[in-house]
Amino acid sequence: MENIIFDRIRKEIENNDVVLYMKGNAIFPQCGFSAAVVQILSQMGVPFKDINVMEDSEIRQGIKDFASWPTIPQLYVKGEFVGGCDIIREMYESGELQEMMRENKVPMENAA
Amino acid sequence: MPMEASDIIKFIKESIPDADVHIEDLRGDGDHYAATVISASFEGKSRVAQHQMVYKALQGRMGEELHALALQTAIPKS
Repeated sequence: MENIIFDRIRKEIENNDVVLYMKGNAIFPQCGFSAAVVQILSQMGVPFKDINVMEDSEIRQGIKDFASWPTIPQLYVKGEFVGGCDIIREMYESGELQEMMRENKVPMENAA
Repeated sequence: MPMEASDIIKFIKESIPDADVHIEDLRGDGDHYAATVISASFEGKSRVAQHQMVYKALQGRMGEELHALALQTAIPKS
């Protein structure tokens, strides 16, 4: 069972440069932590795929096991888990997140 | 289900003995905390790995009894 879920997650994060597992979607986040990450990505102008874990309880639990990370949101860039809300916020404020997007050749509209 | 700040500190210190832990109860409801954890054992580890160490110390309570713990980890300045 776990393998099927992990395979689905792997496929998503390999086929999309930037994937955000979140509560709600990019337009209507259902949690302040998810909303904060959406806002950061939007400010950077980074296109991303949003996956609403509230619509799929297997993914909701599976993504936590997959990353050994107990909380949602979770951001993946080029197949790698980058962090949750706190780490993303910290990396954005220090400029590391922008740097990482650049290194991974992820398009950014607002590359300030 | 709220959790006491002192319990959070206890769990973290049990698992990361040298940890310097500061907890702030953000809303005074025992449910939304911010924690700063400073430990030499974070040296050479990525931020994700550092946070995973703290989550591991909380033994599955994070995301369950402990709804929100804004986490910041650091290595002590020598």
